[in-house]
Order: sequence, then C-alpha cells, then structure tokens
Amino acid sequence: MNDHTLPSPAWTVSMRTRASSVSAAVALVVVALAFAVPFFATRAVLQDLFFILTMLVLAQGWNLLAGYAGLVSVGQQAFVGFGAYAMFAAVSLLGLDPLAGILIGGLAAAALAVPTAFFVFRLEGAYFAVGTWVIAEVVRLSLAQWKALGGGTGTSLPSGATRDMAGVRLVADWLGVRAAQATDIVCYWLALLLAVATVGLIYGLLRSRHGLGLAAVRDNREAARSIGVDPLRIKSFVYLVVALVTGLTGALIYVQKARISPDAAFSVPDWTAYVIFIVVIGGIGTIEGPIVGVVVFFVLRNLLADYGSWYLLILGLIGIVIMLFAPSGLWGLFANRTGIQLFPVRRILTGTHNAQTIKGVPHG
Amino acid sequence: MNWLDTIVQGVLLGGLYALFAAGLGLVFGIMRLVNLAHGDLIVLAAFLVLLLASALGLSPFVAAALALPAMFAFGWALQFVVLNRTLGKDILPPLLVTFGLSIVIQNGLLEGFSADSRRIPAGALETASLQFGPVSVGTMPLLTFLSAIGVIVALNLIFYHTDLGRAFRATSDDRATAGLMGIRADRIFATATGLAMMVVTIAALYLGTRANFDPTMGPARLIYAFEAVIIGGLGSFWGTLAGGIILGVSQTIGAAINPEWQILAGHVAFLLVLLARPRGLFPRAVD
Repeated sequence: MNDHTLPSPAWTVSMRTRASSVSAAVALVVVALAFAVPFFATRAVLQDLFFILTMLVLAQGWNLLAGYAGLVSVGQQAFVGFGAYAMFAAVSLLGLDPLAGILIGGLAAAALAVPTAFFVFRLEGAYFAVGTWVIAEVVRLSLAQWKALGGGTGTSLPSGATRDMAGVRLVADWLGVRAAQATDIVCYWLALLLAVATVGLIYGLLRSRHGLGLAAVRDNREAARSIGVDPLRIKSFVYLVVALVTGLTGALIYVQKARISPDAAFSVPDWTAYVIFIVVIGGIGTIEGPIVGVVVFFVLRNLLADYGSWYLLILGLIGIVIMLFAPSGLWGLFANRTGIQLFPVRRILTGTHNAQTIKGVPHG
Repeated sequence: MNWLDTIVQGVLLGGLYALFAAGLGLVFGIMRLVNLAHGDLIVLAAFLVLLLASALGLSPFVAAALALPAMFAFGWALQFVVLNRTLGKDILPPLLVTFGLSIVIQNGLLEGFSADSRRIPAGALETASLQFGPVSVGTMPLLTFLSAIGVIVALNLIFYHTDLGRAFRATSDDRATAGLMGIRADRIFATATGLAMMVVTIAALYLGTRANFDPTMGPARLIYAFEAVIIGGLGSFWGTLAGGIILGVSQTIGAAINPEWQILAGHVAFLLVLLARPRGLFPRAVD
C-alpha cells in the first residue's frame, strides 16, 4: 500500500491491469463453457469436474484463512463433516429436500464456527492450528454418538432422496436423461455456482476496504490496530464466512456421495491435507494459486492413482519442497517472472507526471 | 466402578502422555516450533524399535537403547537440514513443512509396514502386575510413569544445570544476543530436536509395548501431546507431567462411564482448562 498523500491530482490508484481485463473476459467464457459441459460430457467427466470444483472451493476457503487472515487451520474438516451431517439430519430425519439440506448444512457449519472461534481464538499461530484440530476431533467423536445417523459406522441417504431433489426431475425431462445422471448434473451445477460465488466473494472481499484491513493485519498487526483496524473482528468475520462456505461444500459433496460416516466426513487427508497441498503447490495468498493447484493436484491424482499411499507421500514431498524453496508456489513463480495478475487485489499507483509506475506490495 | 483404581490407571496413563508431550514442549520452548509431525515421529520410532527388536532378537529395552542414538542423529539432521530453513517470523513455513512431513512419514510407514496393527513383544512384562492394597498396577504402566518422571528430571537437569541448557535458554530468550556470545543457534536447535527425538524414542518404546500401534495413529498422539503441554502451561516440564496426568485421568474416568467417551472426555477436559486458564495451569514461558 502506498499511503503517501500526494498533492498532484494526476495520480490515481487503480486495481485493474491489462491482464485482468483479459482474464475477466476469459473467466466469463470459461464459466459459460463449464455451464454447458453437462450437455455433451459423460457422467465420469462430470464427477471428475464436480470433485475439482468442490476441492477448489475448499482450497479457496482455506487460502483465505491461512494466506490472507493468518489463521492456519488444520481443522476445516470440522465444517465439512458438520455441514454434511446437518444435511443428512435434515434429509433423513426431517424429510427435507436435499437442496434445503445443503443450505442448512452451510448455516449449521457457520453456527458451529461461533463457539469454535470462542475457543481457538484464545490460541495464537501454531497453537491455533492444533486447537482447530482438537475441535474437529471433538465434533467427530460427538457425532459418532448420534445413533439416529448410524453412530460410528454411518448411514446412507434414504433411497430416492436425491432423485426427488428440487430440479432433478426438470433436468431429467429437459435433457432426456435418467434420474441418476440428472442428479449428477444438478450437483455439478451447484458446485459450479458455489465455486464461482466463492471466488467472486473472495475477490470482492479482498478488493474492498476489509481486504485492505486484512492485509494490514497480516503484515503488521500493531500498525493495523493503530489506524483503527480491529484484528479480532476482521479475523472472526473471515473465519465465519469460510465456515459457511466449507459447510455448504461438505453438504453438497455428501448429497452426491449419498453415504456418510464420521471417519470419512471428518477425514484429515481428504478435507485438510489435500486442500493444504493444493494451496501450497499452487501458491498461497493469491486467488490464482488454488486454481492452478487444484489442476496440478487432479493431474497428479490421475497419474499416481494406482500407487496407493505413494500418492500422498509424493504430494507431501512436493508440498515440503515448494514450501522450502518456492514458498509462493507455482503461480507465485509465474507471476513474479511475468508480473501477470489475473485477479489483481493490489493497488497500483499510476500517474501522468511520470511514466514510472509504482507498484504496491504484493496482494496488498 | 472402582474410583481409586480408575484414577490410578489414569495417572499412569498420564505418564505416557507426558512422555509424548515432553519432546514437543522442549522443541517449542526453545525455538517456538510446533512440530505437527511429532506424533508420526513417535510411531516411526516405535517401528524402529520393533524392527531392531525382531531383527536382532533383542529385548525391547535394549532395542530402544540402540534406537536412541539413531533417533538423535535423525532429529539433529532433520532440524539442521530441513526445519531450520522454516524458522522465522512467518508461522506458515514451519507448520506446513511439518504437516507435509507428517503425511510423508504416515504414508511411508504404510508403504513399508502395511496398515496392520503391530506390537513390540515384551515377554512376561506385558501382563505382569503389582498389588498395592486394593489396587492392582500393571508393571509396564508403572515403568512408563517412572520413565516419564526420569525424563522430566533429566530434562530439568540439562536445562538448568549444564552449559548446553544455558545455551538452550539463552537462544530461546534472545537468539541474536546469544549469537554474539558465540552460540550457534542452528546447532543448538539441531541438538534440541535430537534430544526431543530421544524422548520420542522412550515414548515409542512404551507406546509399542503397552498396546497395538499402526502407521495412522500418529496424529492422535500429537493431539494428546499438545493438550498435555497446553494444560500444563508452556515452558514447564513438571507442568507437562501434570497436564498429561489430567488428560489421562479425564480419559479413564470418561471410559469408566462409557467406553465410547474415553477420548472425548480428554478433549473436553482440555477445552475446559483452555476456557478457565488460557495459559495453562503452570505457565512459565511468556508466550
């Protein structure tokens, strides 16, 4: 941030770059194409894309927490699992539509974030990380006691529940496909909507006053406080929003899976390790990073699918090497070399006096 | 339910948790590094002891004695080559590198030893017990507890009565000034992690002889260790023992009420302490 108040009116602060204007157009085309995929793709492709999109949402959420708010959580599986279980309760026990269940899942996760924040915000830095993990364990062990939802062994959605989901019949008639495929299509569109909304929300947040406050708190907490930014308030807000998004994603994933168990819904590798590696490999602290990371992650997953635990081992090693030698990730390497930013959140001072452009601190 | 018996078993279990926690607390106290792979390193050491004991036909105690210098060297190198690079103002690199390490160790062990449950055979000691009035105490749990006290006495001696301990404390307080006095922080840190890995090996010996273990149980041990450190308060080894005991007793009481509540009861006790005394019961360090 360049906070110098310059006398000359010729200076303006801009956040747009040439690349960002191009990328906005490209993003529109990509989203339109992604929307059209169900018209020609097979179910297997749809399910792969569903996986990519949901992982992208989880990664964007974790990136906002760790990369921007300095809240390194290893307990996000608490919100995935809690959202999923709330959706199951709404559908299995209350007989609600899965679509309503997904919304309830998101709200339940956000509600869980309130008491959780009360505990973990007493802890700083690394202790915060393990604290979030303990909370996730508590939630997992508690839900494993819920006999109506299968206790420790888990349960399935009532048969037909997802086929009766709002919109599935419509899609089935419209595209002339069977109900099972229509369910996948609806889930895919929901994932796409969630991904676009999440990226848009985070982009908007970071470009706003609050985003500036967030970067200020991350870079220098005391200095930020001295100019009136309340670190606790802004961090709590981010924590809550990410819990909501993570809960919605968890619920959506389990509508598609239709079967839940505490161990799967609160899995550390599935919902936290993968997500962390996606963000670290792609580039932490950028919106582009998780997008690059999720693509690399998916390619690696397919390449190494037959090698069992070697896959996670290699992913872990790549994560360590990147963190040690290229902490800004693949996107960071690319952006530093080319100066290209697709989602610019830094403020750039441009002026007519001087041809020189003064660039702000990255992502600030 | 026999309350006295439940509490005694809990205290002895607390000894094991204190052993898990002592290494974690040592490293954190000196370099403010929370090693998320700590639990997996305990499991790794347990496999090393198992391998030595079965390959050479040794008693587990001799095997652990052989593993001690190997684990010290491993810890020294790990800190010197990898973890020292992550230390700094930013908390992300140490957390993410040790998290990656945790995943690597877990999956490496899965690849090398499969997901089967193992146990380090300890012969007659496994089932031996001593009778103290109405309470019957397993010999192995008692040995665990005595070892925990031994480790804590030894760590306190090293910390407060040796040159190495003075270097530890000096580096922890002010790395730059300690450097001016000729203390090389990178080597001090490596030695500290090496020492922590020796404590880890002792913890692993009891983890492996008392019950079954498998490659995936590391993260839960990390959480117990972490809870014991926080309950006890940072920077106090005796506090860590107290934290381990509180955790152990909570777990055995929870288990006595309902076997499914054992782990949950421990976590709840931790959260209650966090609520009432965020800095733990016996804090010594300033942060």
